[in-house]
Amino acid sequence: MTNHWTDIQNADVIMINGSNAAENHPVSFRWVTKAMERGATLISIDPRFTRTSSKAHLYAPIRSGTDIAFLGGMINYLIQNKLYNEKYVRLYTNATFLVDPGFKTAGELDGVFSGYDPKKRKYDKATWAFQTDGNGIVKKDRTMQDPHCVFQLLKKQYDRYTPDRVSDITGMPKDKMIKIYETYASTGATGKAGTIMYAMGWTQHTVGTQNIRTMAIIQLLLANMGVAGGGVNALRGESNVQGSTDHCLLAHILPGYLKTPKASQPTFAVYNDQSTPKTADPKSANWWGNYPKYSVSLLKAFFGDKATPENDFGYSWLPKAEDDISQYYWLMLFDEMYKGKFSGFFAWGQNPACSGANANKNRIAMAKLDWMVNVNIFPSETSDFWRGPGMRPAKIKTEVFRLPCAVSYEKEGSITNSGRWSQWRYKGGDSPGEAMPDSEIINELYHRVKKLYEREGGAFPEPILDLWWDYGHPRVDVHKVAKEINGYFIEDKTVGGKTYRKGTLVPSFAFLQADGSTCSGNWLYCNSYTEKGNMAARRSTKDAPNGIGLYPEWAWAWPVNRRIIYNRASVDENGQPWDKEHWVIKWQDGKWIGDVPDGGWPPLSNAAKTRYAFIMKPEGHAHIFGPGRADGPFPEHYEPYECPIEENLMSGQKINPTIRILSPETNTPLDVAFSCDPRYPIVATTYRMVEHWQTGVMTRHCPWLLEAQPQQWVEISKELAGLKGIRNGDRCVVSSARGEVDAVAIVTDRFKPFKIASQVIHQIGLPWCYGWLIPSDGGDSSNLLTPSIGDANTMIPETKAFMVNVVRKGV
Amino acid sequence: MGKYAALVDVSKCTACRACQVACKDWNENPAVKTMQVGTYQNPPDLSHLTYTIIRFKEQVVKGEVVWTFFKDQCRHCLEPPCKEVADDMVPGAILQDASGAVIFTEKTRNCDFAEVRDACPYDIPRKDPATGIMYKCTFCNDRIANGMTPACLKVCPTGALQFGLRDDILEKAEMRLRKLKKTHPAARIIDEDEVSWIYVLHQPEVQFQMTRRERKPSTMYALRSLFKPLGVFAAGAALVGQVAKGGE
Repeated sequence: MTNHWTDIQNADVIMINGSNAAENHPVSFRWVTKAMERGATLISIDPRFTRTSSKAHLYAPIRSGTDIAFLGGMINYLIQNKLYNEKYVRLYTNATFLVDPGFKTAGELDGVFSGYDPKKRKYDKATWAFQTDGNGIVKKDRTMQDPHCVFQLLKKQYDRYTPDRVSDITGMPKDKMIKIYETYASTGATGKAGTIMYAMGWTQHTVGTQNIRTMAIIQLLLANMGVAGGGVNALRGESNVQGSTDHCLLAHILPGYLKTPKASQPTFAVYNDQSTPKTADPKSANWWGNYPKYSVSLLKAFFGDKATPENDFGYSWLPKAEDDISQYYWLMLFDEMYKGKFSGFFAWGQNPACSGANANKNRIAMAKLDWMVNVNIFPSETSDFWRGPGMRPAKIKTEVFRLPCAVSYEKEGSITNSGRWSQWRYKGGDSPGEAMPDSEIINELYHRVKKLYEREGGAFPEPILDLWWDYGHPRVDVHKVAKEINGYFIEDKTVGGKTYRKGTLVPSFAFLQADGSTCSGNWLYCNSYTEKGNMAARRSTKDAPNGIGLYPEWAWAWPVNRRIIYNRASVDENGQPWDKEHWVIKWQDGKWIGDVPDGGWPPLSNAAKTRYAFIMKPEGHAHIFGPGRADGPFPEHYEPYECPIEENLMSGQKINPTIRILSPETNTPLDVAFSCDPRYPIVATTYRMVEHWQTGVMTRHCPWLLEAQPQQWVEISKELAGLKGIRNGDRCVVSSARGEVDAVAIVTDRFKPFKIASQVIHQIGLPWCYGWLIPSDGGDSSNLLTPSIGDANTMIPETKAFMVNVVRKGV
Repeated sequence: MGKYAALVDVSKCTACRACQVACKDWNENPAVKTMQVGTYQNPPDLSHLTYTIIRFKEQVVKGEVVWTFFKDQCRHCLEPPCKEVADDMVPGAILQDASGAVIFTEKTRNCDFAEVRDACPYDIPRKDPATGIMYKCTFCNDRIANGMTPACLKVCPTGALQFGLRDDILEKAEMRLRKLKKTHPAARIIDEDEVSWIYVLHQPEVQFQMTRRERKPSTMYALRSLFKPLGVFAAGAALVGQVAKGGE
């Protein structure tokens, strides 16, 4: 989140879209309820009327996978009706930037942007560049009238997104759509704030990243970034997934969102140079310009004294990726596994047999392994894959090791929530039997592997033997880990006139060095555990002077305890808040008060000393035009990979033109997908329930939760049920090109058929929390149905829009 | 007049079932075997092992879906009809304490279950078929006696459920009603003079029917109601009518 949970109470309009927050983030609804008590309007947009919709002032249905059409329509509406906040847009975004004259929008090129190579399914981004002057500074048109300025290009991009066309694509009734546009547009007024709460309903699509980009553009047009009650707010689906992404347990990043080095970057210098953005504009802080300080400090944390300037700080010991990093992503992992390319697999705190799209593919893939280590609290469809439906154990050679682990209440450490708050937690009780905390399992693994390398040598022992790993054995000192994540001075160092002795905790990332004198396991968390103590363990309920629910001394937020990021956009050029009542920061008596400012430089009116507000962008301005994405600098509506209509009503480009296509020809027999196939004529989506969590590994073992939601079900509209002869409570079979599941029909008014152009399209939905292992009559995973096709930028699987059939069982 | 009361603000309930699970947890009631029969409502009804459930109801009103989540449990009446009936059968079978909690004891095994159940306007009492003992919500009077909030009222994340001194709860209900009436003119508070569990309904036109159960009245109860008017209990008027017609 750019903002945080308690801040939601400050919103005037809350849009919950691509999320069912009342269902899946029930405690978040405390803050939504508070906002509503203060008069906020709640909008719920969802293919189905949900528990969230039941509390909303406005509800509108939308066909799964058409969010860019809806949001693009909102951008068009804001521009045509001049409802955007012109002052903010001019001051803080790149709307004024001039783009290469060769750039063409998707409107001009029938669905693709300039530079598209259909054979490679890739863009040459040469025309996506900004025009620069003789000094290398981006040229701007402050009037925003130049046909090549971002604002005019934005207008051109979305003028096809008329209410009629959007309604035809999304199935959303036009009157509801306009009412929502009107209501949300009201947050563009100075002093008003609108927030978006979104989750997997937006991200799990082939256009997932661009869904979010469209909303970010709207929030910028409406001056909702950096203000209380605003922001772009992802509701993370797991209590510490924010922590796991911050520590970058993903193939393409290293802790602190640094980049995974590539094989094509032979030296640390090349790596740093290519990873560090540059700017010619002296008013741009270009905070990522500090990159080498963070990468060097990270390597010092990994390798300690063994990392020296002479050996590139151990850079050669880091694994390197091929240029196409997407080949290491989740969908490709199981693709390789299916092809027998892996001998072993750690399924650590996960249940891919149920959580992964195209679950049959994953289950069959597991049978190709020599061994699997499953670390979890309970057995699951993954640990027991070999005796699942359709498996023949006698033919499976996979040796499965089940390592029982501690639950969160049985260990001490921090958890980082969606609002970037790192909150320290304490051990509540001992684990049963032999269960160990994950940290101790990893620690044990490391020590034994190290011993083996010491004893037997190996192809490349240094990356293991040279690790600086001294957290204790067998117990792990989690405080030591937390401190190293913050970072130390490795040697005496004088910074800004003050000398820090060797071993002193680094006060914040502003003090990290590129010369090897500091270490930090994650620069973003530098400031979380300092000489003042464990900041994440603080529990003061004292609010900041602005009284907007920041609670700056409750736990700790990254970066440097800033609670609302981009907050220097919450003020005008003189540093005075747009919203006097709910101010975030204020320039007073020569300094900022309130939240930690997003850089301490004086306001924009002090031309000599100021810096632009969006410091993480090389040019210091927020991206309305975003050239970093693989599939376009502006979001464009494409149909889901499996879709119900022959043509994209927005353009001649039906699907996302840059997604990696998996098919039976190039991948596995299970990588099939069918659009407009009479066998699978119904749109399907998956979702969660409040009573269960994720694949249900924990909750299906909890009797009171299973009692409340005992078995797999499918929600079907009354109309579709009538057509299919399905009554409420009937057992049904839902099938797709890839698999089938049994489900009990819940026939409901909360799904209604969509009118898409002139066709009637039906949609159904299933939860994905069931698995064959327990209970025996609970049903199996909805992911047996979903396709192994992913987003153009992240390859997150498109589990929220695919095609199925549903019939009454026995028919 | 009971010392404590609970507020149930139906407009804020998201049916998260924290209350349903907290009740099971505190009372150490085991889960019952349930099946998916085409609804989120599970267990399907109250029982000797289930003291509270959320009842789900979907309706279409003026073309819009209305989905009501209704927490059902004993209302802890100020003058409980169940106790009146039981007092004539087995004194001390049903008790009422100063906190406002109405408590079923083991002695209920010797009461006529049908009579006791029928006496309840909300159809709350349930019986353990093995022992004959009756069970229902206890208002967590053991927690109250120890200065704690009843389990379900404590865990509600949205503030739909509140606990407090009766006067404070009634005041909160009034304040909430005033606010709700701005957008829901028909909003009302239910039976506030009769019970300790104060329900605020924002859509009584669709929700009121969930506050009562269709049931056949008992003879004994009907006779009682002839001599002791029951006030706003709609069932009372129906009973009087029933008896007058010579039914039952």
